Formats: sequence, C-alpha cells, structure tokens
Amino acid sequence: MNEHLIAIAGNPNSGKTTLFNALTGARQRVANYPGVTVERKEGSCKANGREVRLVDLPGTYSLTAYSLEELVARNVLLTENPRVVVNIVDASNLERNLYLTVQLFELGIPVVIALNMVDVANGRGIEIDAAELSRKLGAPVVETVARSGNGKDALLAAAVELADKNAAWTPLRISYGPDIDPVLDEMERKILAERFLTGLHPARWTALKYLESDEDVIKKGKEANPDLSSGLEKMADGVAAHLQKTFSAYPEAIIADHRYGFVAALLKSGVVKRKHGADRIYLSDRIDRVLTHRFLGPVIMGFVLYALYYFTFTYSEIPIGWLEDGFAALSGLMESWLPPGHLRSLVTKGIIDGVGGVLGFVPLIVFMFLGIALLEDSGYLARAAFMLDRVFRLFGLHGNSFMAYIVGGGIAGGCAVPAVMATRTLRSSRERLATILTVPFMNCGAKLPVYALLVGAFFSENEARMMLLLTLISWSMAFLAAKLLRSTILKGPSTPFLLELPPYRLPTLRGILIHTWERAWLYIRKAGTILLAVSILFWALMNFPELPESEKAAFDAKREAIVAHLPEDLRAVALEGELPGENLPEEMTEVRGKLLAVDQAQAQAALKGSVAGRMGTALEYVTRFCGFDWRTNVALVGGFAAKEMVVSVLGTAYSMGEVDPEEDASLRELLAKDSAWNPLVALSLILFTMLYVPCVVSVVCLAREAGSWKWGLFSAVFGTSVAFIVAVLVYQGGQLLGIGV
Amino acid sequence: MTDIPLRKMASRQKGVIVRVDAQGELGRRIRDMGLVPGTTVEVQGRAPLKDPVAVRIRDCTLTLRNNEADQILIQLEDKWNE
Repeated sequence: MNEHLIAIAGNPNSGKTTLFNALTGARQRVANYPGVTVERKEGSCKANGREVRLVDLPGTYSLTAYSLEELVARNVLLTENPRVVVNIVDASNLERNLYLTVQLFELGIPVVIALNMVDVANGRGIEIDAAELSRKLGAPVVETVARSGNGKDALLAAAVELADKNAAWTPLRISYGPDIDPVLDEMERKILAERFLTGLHPARWTALKYLESDEDVIKKGKEANPDLSSGLEKMADGVAAHLQKTFSAYPEAIIADHRYGFVAALLKSGVVKRKHGADRIYLSDRIDRVLTHRFLGPVIMGFVLYALYYFTFTYSEIPIGWLEDGFAALSGLMESWLPPGHLRSLVTKGIIDGVGGVLGFVPLIVFMFLGIALLEDSGYLARAAFMLDRVFRLFGLHGNSFMAYIVGGGIAGGCAVPAVMATRTLRSSRERLATILTVPFMNCGAKLPVYALLVGAFFSENEARMMLLLTLISWSMAFLAAKLLRSTILKGPSTPFLLELPPYRLPTLRGILIHTWERAWLYIRKAGTILLAVSILFWALMNFPELPESEKAAFDAKREAIVAHLPEDLRAVALEGELPGENLPEEMTEVRGKLLAVDQAQAQAALKGSVAGRMGTALEYVTRFCGFDWRTNVALVGGFAAKEMVVSVLGTAYSMGEVDPEEDASLRELLAKDSAWNPLVALSLILFTMLYVPCVVSVVCLAREAGSWKWGLFSAVFGTSVAFIVAVLVYQGGQLLGIGV
Repeated sequence: MTDIPLRKMASRQKGVIVRVDAQGELGRRIRDMGLVPGTTVEVQGRAPLKDPVAVRIRDCTLTLRNNEADQILIQLEDKWNE
C-alpha cells in the first residue's frame, strides 16, 4: 500500500481551495462526481516517499445533507473510505467551523485539523492554544497559513503519519441530553444486533440520523431492512412527540444545540484567549459600512462594474492586436505553402479564420475573468448578492441566483454551462428552473466577440458605455423572463436566504491566476474542439455545392474580356491576380479593380448557391423583419453550435467576398463600410444574439440539469421567440423613428 | 417579556437567541449556520432595500431575509442586564 487517499473538508471560505492548490500545485484535475454535477477536485503530491491522492470535498457547513454539496461530501467519506480527513478550520471563526469538525468526529473517521489563517486570528487578538485543542480533541492540530503555504508540509506529514497507522474508526460519543441519550443507546443496540448498515457507517451515527430524520440514510435503511427501519422511525417519532410536548422543539434541533454546546465547552476550557472584547469592530465591518451602505452601496456597485469594463476593454486591446497579427501571419504562411484549391481554402478560410477569429478574443475573456476572480476572491460578490436579494425576490428568484447569473456572464464574459451547474445551491426546483432557463440571456464569453465586433464597428466612440448598456439589457430581459416563468408555469413560494458574508480578503495572485486560467481554459478548449469541428462543417456548408460549370465559365469569360486588350504576357499575370499592388500604371490599376469586382461577384454567387447560403436565403422571409440578410442568417445558424461562430461565419462569409489578400481590411471595417449595415441593424443583431437559443452545449447541459429534454427544447424555443420579438420591435421601431438608419 | 423577533431589532442592537421557531429545512439551515439558542447576535446592517439583514455571530457575518428573521426570537441585551 503506497498510495493514500486523503479528503479535504471544511466550511466555505475557510481557505480550503487555497490550501489544496498550495499542496498539489499543478498536479490537479477537475471533474464531476459521478451522477451529479458537483465539482470534484483531485490532486496528488508526494510525502514521506509516498504518493498521496487528495480529494477536495465541496465546502460545507455541516454533514446534515441539506444541500447536494453536503450529501456529496458525506458520501465520499462513507463510500470512498479515505484514510484521513484533513479538516480545514478557520482560526478566526473557530466556533462555527468546529461544528463540522464535531460531525466528522461523530462519524469516526480519523481527522487531522488544519488550524488555518492563524495570522488573521492573531491580528484580531484571538490566540488559540493548538496543543491544548489537539489534546482535547484527541487529534493532530497543525497551524497553517494557506495563503503563504506556511505549515502545509507539517500538515501533510501529520496526515500521512495518521494514515500510515491505518487506525479503525472510533466515533465520538456526545451526550445529547436525558431525553435523547437513552433512546439513542437503545437504537444503537438494535442496529448492532442486526448489523444494520454497519458496513456503511457506525451504528450510533445511523441512529443519530434516524433521530435527525435524515432522508438519505432512512431511504438506504428502508432498502436494507424495512422492518428494523420502520421500528427505528417509530422510536424517533416517539422522541419527537415527547420533545414537542415538553420543549416544543425537534430532536434535530436538540442534537444541534448539544453539538454547539460541546464546541463551546471545548473552547471555554483554555483553548482560546481573546485580547480584545467581542465588541471590537473589525476592518471588514468598517468596509461593509461603506460598501453595503444604503445609498453608497449600489452606487459603488455600479462603479465597480463600469470599472471592470473599462479595465477589460482598454487593456485587452493590445494583446488582441498581437493575436490578430499572429493569425494573419499564419494564414499567409499557409497560403504560400499550400497549392490553391480546396485544401488551402479549408485551412485558411475554414480553420484559421474560424478558430482564430474566436481565439483572438481570448485576451478579452482572460481580462474579464481576471476582474471577476478579483471580485469573487476578495469577498465582494457575496455583498453584491446580499444587496440584490430583495430585487431578485421581486422577480421570483433568489439572491444566490446572482452567483449563477454572474458565472453565466452577469458582468459579461462567463459561460452558461457552469452557470447552469451553479444553480445547484438553489434548493427549490422552481427557483432553480427559472434561473436555469434565464441564465442563457446573460452575456456569456462567447457573445462578447459578437458584441466587440459590432460595437467596435458601429458604436466605437462609446464602447465601454455600450457594453454596460448591453449588460443592463440582458439583466432586464432575464428578470422579466424569470418573472414571466415564475408567475406562470413555475408558480410557487420562495426559499430561505441564508448566506455567509466572508471577511474581505486581499486575494492572492496565485488564487486569481488559477481561477482565471481554469475559466479561460474552458473557453479555449471549447474553441479548440467544438469550434474546430463546427468551423470545418460550416466551411463545407459554405463551399458546397459549387457553382455549376456554366456559371464558372461565364465569370471566366468576363475576366477574359477585361484583360483582352492587355499585352499577351501581362494577361496571365493579371488573371492569376498577381499584379503588384504599388507603382502600377493607371490603366493596370483599373484592370485590377475590375477583376476584383468580378472575383467578388463570383464568390458571392458561390456562397449564395451553397447549402448555407440557401438556408440563409430561405430564412430571409422571416428575418427581414429584424433587418437581417442571408449572410447574417447563416452566421446565426452557426451560432447555434457556439455563439462565437456568429463572428467566424460572418468572417468567412465576408472574406470570401473579398479576395485581394493585399487588402487587409478587418471584418470590423468591412461591416462599417457595407451598405447593408447600419447601427440599427447592428443593435438588432446584438440583441438577437443575446437572447436566441443557447448554444448546443448549454442546451444539452440545461436539459440534463433540469432533468428532462422537454426543458432543453423549451429553452430553445423560448429564447428564440423572445429574441425574434425583441429584434423586430427594435428594428421596426427604430426605422419608424428614423434612428440609426 | 422582552423577547422580540430578530426582524424587529435595530441596527447595531445586540441580543441573545432564545428560540428558533423554524423547523424542517429552514430550521436545519439556520442551525448549521450557527444560529442556535444562546448565541449572541448583533445586527450589523440591512441591504439597501432594508432586506435581507446582516448579523454578526460567532466572529462571522451572516445574512438572512426578514421573513426568516421572524422565526428567530431574541432577548435584547440591554434588558438582559437589568
């Protein structure tokens, strides 16, 4: 046995993930727990010459299995049999953190405690006697500072040492008072006698769960031994009825009180020393008085969001330029390598233009993620949820929906896929469905390239302001849609809003970089895989069927006519399109221009005759009400595969109409000049892109999370209908008023 | 009695939880977050729209909505000292 499985457990905001990152470094991977979509982080490291596998359990306050995260954390401990649990405990918030610790002890699994953030605690005048705590709990306690990595080696060593002992589980026995203890003992005896679920968890723990009326354990119990299970349930009911009469309290409440009592007694007996009274106001509270102030708070929040945009758009411009140049160079290189024909066209027009057009926006996405990670890690996002809960409730949502909206692109630049998964913190299925179905209205990272292109082309003077406006529109649409859903097909009451506001912390550079990288990588990977396939598919759709030979011949004849009067030796050069761009006699420049026009006409005809072109043309009957022509339609159809495709398909569509490689006009300038485009069309397309059917990946994920394909289909139809209505209203309204035409 | 629901507490007012009336899921959630009888609570402030409310307990800050705060009964500190 030379590999240990060690689980890391702890409250949210206790520094769990920071410590996990510090321990495992680059040797980690993220997946999902089988069957559910709770994130599973695993990593490995070496200690004492052993390979150690670490599982970072979802952050939980308790093991009562209130939420899916708690259930998952508990199931890992019960079914995967980690040798040791490393319990990360926030030293500055010890009492509440030890509540989970007590539950781990009750389960009996060997525990090593990481007393984290001792520096913060000391700064607050809280001193903890780690040796005394260790003695009282009968478990190793190691002081750590996850942010700096202090104590991580000692922690790992202690965990491995305990794992090496391979000790049997010894559940902690707490007294729950005279009303519960006798019944608990009797239940334990019965469970032991029949070996009821003893392979899964300790007997006393099973009894405790029956008293706490834990659905998950009772369900398993019913399957294992229905008779005993109903017997235990009856005993639990008896206790409940008695407690109800005497204290008007429930067994689970009494049990929780005794757990806290146990923690309080532990801490009072010389473990914690406070220099200051409890009345001291911490820096974090002072900051909160300003940042969540009734009037200042919302103003500051607006300012923070605006600053995020400004930062993102101003500073990402430079690296975007580099990438664009890089892809242009790569395209040029391929043109010189590959012979003219389908392969060259596939590589340059299909793959490099398609994928490159999207990857070119990676810096923008990275900068946006960087900003969000900063807000998230500093603790500001939780304040935003706090300030906004009342508003969310107005629309039948929950303050926590805010997190899903943010991840989905609430401050622009997220992804609906993790956002849909983030809704799992919502307990009520109605609030959750309403959030899932409206999250795709947010401005995900894939829509940003579309906005950047159109805003850059038509609203370049007001870029940052325009993006803020688009964010406000997407929130409003999501809210209105949520209200509509919650007051029709998803009617029902709201669920509680209990949330911790973590103290403000200066985020670590490492933490932010890891956060940013994880998300940016998700985007890049999507661009690299799905987009590559879709780019190729769309290149094919746009190139086949080819023009009939007769039409090709007609275009060739036109070219022949143009060059007819040139000297013999120049004709071939002109037809090959290899006339130099500069120092041409005037006559030749004219010829060149005419040839170019014919080439463009032929490319246009070819695209229009292709499968994609025919689809786009057929859709014109409907989309002309929004101001879209067939090329936009083709792009929007491509956007169903992934929203980024709207840009790359437009790019392909236009670069095929523009043949001269010397004329390096970017798509942005091209659209700005094109007569079919104006600010009104651009706005109509932006709004349509914002609202219409989510990308294929999102629809699949959404259907899975919502539990039925019905919802996937509903989301597609719902979104597209909303998008169409809005785009038609904007375009027709704008035309009537003569705005932006 | 001087017990009042947490909702009625003013900003910066302090008290001790005497009873949590909520049961089931809400009750469990409230307890898991550390709001159990005997805990000292100080109202730290309210969101711009007066709801939810932020309270400081056991060295950390929690938020809950007013209709949830209704279920938590508080004995005010000043009365307690009388």
